[in-house]
Amino acid sequence: MMDGRDSVRHRAFTRRTLLLSGGVLGVYSILAGRMFQLQVLQQDQFTMLAEDNRVNVQLIAPPRGRVYDRFGVELANTSQNYRVLIVPEQTQNAEATLRQLAQLIPLGEARIARVLRDVKHNKPFKPVLVTEGLDWNDFSKVNINAPDLAGIEPDVGELRSYPFGPWLSHVLGYVAGPTEDDIDDDPELLSLPGFRIGRSGVERAADVELRGKPGAAQVEVNAYGRVIRELARREGEPGQDVVMTLDMEVQKLTEERLRGQSGSAIVMDVDKGEVIAIVSAPGFDPNPFTTTVTPEMWRQLNEDPLKPLLNKAITGMYPPGSTFKPVVALAALESGAMNPTNRVTCTGSVALGNHVFHCWKKGGHGSMDMHSAIKNSCDCYFYECARRTGIDAIEEMAKRFGLGQVYGLEIPGEKAGLVPGQAWKERTRKEKWTTGETYNVGIGQGALLLTPLQLCVMCARLANGGKSITPHVIKTFNDKARDLPPVTNLNLKPEHIAIVHDGMDAVVNEGGTAARSRIDIEGFEMAGKSGTAQIRKITDELRGKPFDQIPWEFRDHALFIAFAPVAKPRYAISIVIEHGGGGSKVAAPIAKDVMTLTLQRDPTAKRAFVPTLRTAGGSTAAS
Amino acid sequence: MPLNDFFGPTGRELRFSDKLLEINWILVGLITAICCIGFAMLYSVAQGNLDPWAGRQMVRFGIGMAILFVVALVDIRTWISLAYPAYGATLLLLVGVEVMGRVGKGAERWIDIGPLQLQPSELMKIALILALSRYLHGLHLEDVSKPLRLIPALLLILVPAGLVLLQPNLGTATILIVGGCGLLFLSGLSWKIIVPVIALGVAAVPVGWNFLHDYQQERVRTFLDPDRDPLGAGYNILQSKIALGSGGIAGKGYLQGTQSRLNFLPEKQTDFIFTVLGEEFGLLGVLVLMGLYLAVLVQGVLIALDTRSHFGRLVAMGVCLNFLLYILINTSMSMGLIPVVGIPLPLVSYGGTALITVLFGFGLLLCVQIHRGVDIPRSAANAW
Repeated sequence: MMDGRDSVRHRAFTRRTLLLSGGVLGVYSILAGRMFQLQVLQQDQFTMLAEDNRVNVQLIAPPRGRVYDRFGVELANTSQNYRVLIVPEQTQNAEATLRQLAQLIPLGEARIARVLRDVKHNKPFKPVLVTEGLDWNDFSKVNINAPDLAGIEPDVGELRSYPFGPWLSHVLGYVAGPTEDDIDDDPELLSLPGFRIGRSGVERAADVELRGKPGAAQVEVNAYGRVIRELARREGEPGQDVVMTLDMEVQKLTEERLRGQSGSAIVMDVDKGEVIAIVSAPGFDPNPFTTTVTPEMWRQLNEDPLKPLLNKAITGMYPPGSTFKPVVALAALESGAMNPTNRVTCTGSVALGNHVFHCWKKGGHGSMDMHSAIKNSCDCYFYECARRTGIDAIEEMAKRFGLGQVYGLEIPGEKAGLVPGQAWKERTRKEKWTTGETYNVGIGQGALLLTPLQLCVMCARLANGGKSITPHVIKTFNDKARDLPPVTNLNLKPEHIAIVHDGMDAVVNEGGTAARSRIDIEGFEMAGKSGTAQIRKITDELRGKPFDQIPWEFRDHALFIAFAPVAKPRYAISIVIEHGGGGSKVAAPIAKDVMTLTLQRDPTAKRAFVPTLRTAGGSTAAS
Repeated sequence: MPLNDFFGPTGRELRFSDKLLEINWILVGLITAICCIGFAMLYSVAQGNLDPWAGRQMVRFGIGMAILFVVALVDIRTWISLAYPAYGATLLLLVGVEVMGRVGKGAERWIDIGPLQLQPSELMKIALILALSRYLHGLHLEDVSKPLRLIPALLLILVPAGLVLLQPNLGTATILIVGGCGLLFLSGLSWKIIVPVIALGVAAVPVGWNFLHDYQQERVRTFLDPDRDPLGAGYNILQSKIALGSGGIAGKGYLQGTQSRLNFLPEKQTDFIFTVLGEEFGLLGVLVLMGLYLAVLVQGVLIALDTRSHFGRLVAMGVCLNFLLYILINTSMSMGLIPVVGIPLPLVSYGGTALITVLFGFGLLLCVQIHRGVDIPRSAANAW
């Protein structure tokens, strides 16, 4: 129980507690008053400090990531871009200023008109790009005269350049200014003067990674928008560096061997699907595309009959011709429709109803088993083979090999091609599938259409014993490996694969159709399959004429697929030369040269390059 | 006076079910509400993500609440008997950080115990309240002002405060000293001592200046003139003021704070979270939070006034004082009223030890209320 002294103590405590509480309430009201002062009385001032002209937040464009080949050869980098900006609100008369500027540096009427239009559309404090890519001489002139040119700001930006130009035009693509639709994605960053985004190729596919994250600077500006001092700076993140799977040496040779032709070639590692080289010929120089393409240059590129702007390696669709026969053979073996020793006698043609199907060899091959039919590319054998197997099994096998689909290659624009079948015919033409069509598909003709990339994937999956590798051109972002779909087994019997391998071995090494392109180095032997794809437009008048008397656009496409070494396949290649004639004659020798170099360099056996990480930095551009 | 009515249920030992019924759910609700504001702000500073702060803070809140209830249901007489041992152990830990503590942000504040990181200075805030309350519980009113009785109390405060200052952690040392002296004041320390000491303290400011670390001196200098180095030491204050000021009355809207979104605010998930609140919810949001804090404090003071044992009253007020100091220091720092010190906004800022020790404190407060009628003899202060 409480004694007297305790209640004295209790009363003192109560008194002091109330006293303290009063004091606390006083302090509390001081704080509330302070908040009132900051957020109500001085709100305008601080709102202005935060958002308005007094303090501007300017984005700092992050440096774009670099692109390397697998051994660290720089494929795309950035250099300094001397340029001139105009800040509309700092000049009384933008047109007069621009005319004044035009006396110092070359500035066409069209350019002036465009700048004036941009000035009108943009906010007055937003700098507008006047011209860029100036040489040092012109840039100095602008700098010296800048005080007299109201609103003109000399500035150093970033310019993307591609040291290997046409060798890689379709792979890397190029960067260019964003369109108005693009700008909506990230208005702050993309409306920076001179900011560029990937327009095609890897530049586009990996644009988000290459772009990086912008930094920001908080600057105090005067009433005219001139920067007085920087209050704060937050560094951005530079774009990620991209290491490609390409080996530039192989890429260069491949491009050179295709020069003057219209065609494509792809070299791929068969275990992982790393693309070692991918070329569509002819190429073009992407460098002018990053600044300005003159109308003349554009017209030339568009009117060139060899179509340099098309990336044929992934968008070109061709009948695969005889290169498809290994798939037909496997479909026959796996479905049990044929066994390798079954013989078919080739007399040079086969009749079906009132239609005659020809073999490419007049007079025929005589009695063929599967091995000799692949080696000699006997059409009659494969008509029969396809008939017995049926279109369903062939279609299914083609799809297992990745035909008729896209792989998500990091080069935009892949076409899926076409693997025809009963359902497809029913759907598109409302007709029943005919046996004649099965005959055509059996030799890779008819409605069947494949891209060169698909040919290479097909060959690689054949070479690796039936594993579903996915083709890709990007190895790592910075030092992180790219995510890939898992490799699954296509469930093909090894003995069946071996029969097809042997047949393709014989094509090159046992006096088959491509015997002249044999690689004579021990351990490097290549197995392959040639193909000659007829153009649908061919008329009877042209049939049988000597090659050089047929107009170019009516000549056959030359195709070749191959893998090597035969004993332990490591690389696959596909070549398509448009209107090149016979596959064994035109395409196979290119495959031989490229494959030899690939095997000599053996790029996937060597350590790949790892880029050193960059810290932030980059060019400031007022927003 | 019918003491029994005034002091609530007495006369028999409290059963577990009695204790559960006595839990102050209003206080628990207020605490939870404040923590929810904290989760919302942590979600916002992570740009609308539970990761990395809000989610983890929720887990810690769960752990902290469990601790709170356990602490509340323990008999208050157990706490008085644990007061000195707990203080001694925490003091040892504090010495330990000096020896094996690791360096973080220029201050040695943590101790690693397996996967746990412990800040003994945080624990000391609780231990000091308990030990000092126990010591003062044993003194008559007139004894408090006697030098021989006062010196042990001062030592209880100044020894840990000195160790914390060595780390160096000015904010926590301030809370220990001011909180401890507050308890002396509430125990009836004579004005004849209070007035001269305050006068002496004011006079000693220039001397104390020289004992401050360079970075502490720099903070004070830039506080007095934040514009002299807007990119360096004045940066935090200026950015915080810009953010708060631009929030206005209604704020910029949830997840819309430009200052924090563009990362111009430093330490926005810990020390400057009040600023984010002010920017996004404006004066209204700030007043709601301050109102909730005030409601918690009022509850605490009411509990203290309604408690029979001197120990309980002092513990209740000690918890309130600590909580108040957190609030005052953090908010006035964010408003640019005092120099920058690393003190979190209680229950809102990201940080595990601080949250759990604050909830531990509220557990003690609830414990005091549950046991408000329990009589503790003065001699209990001296029994070992």
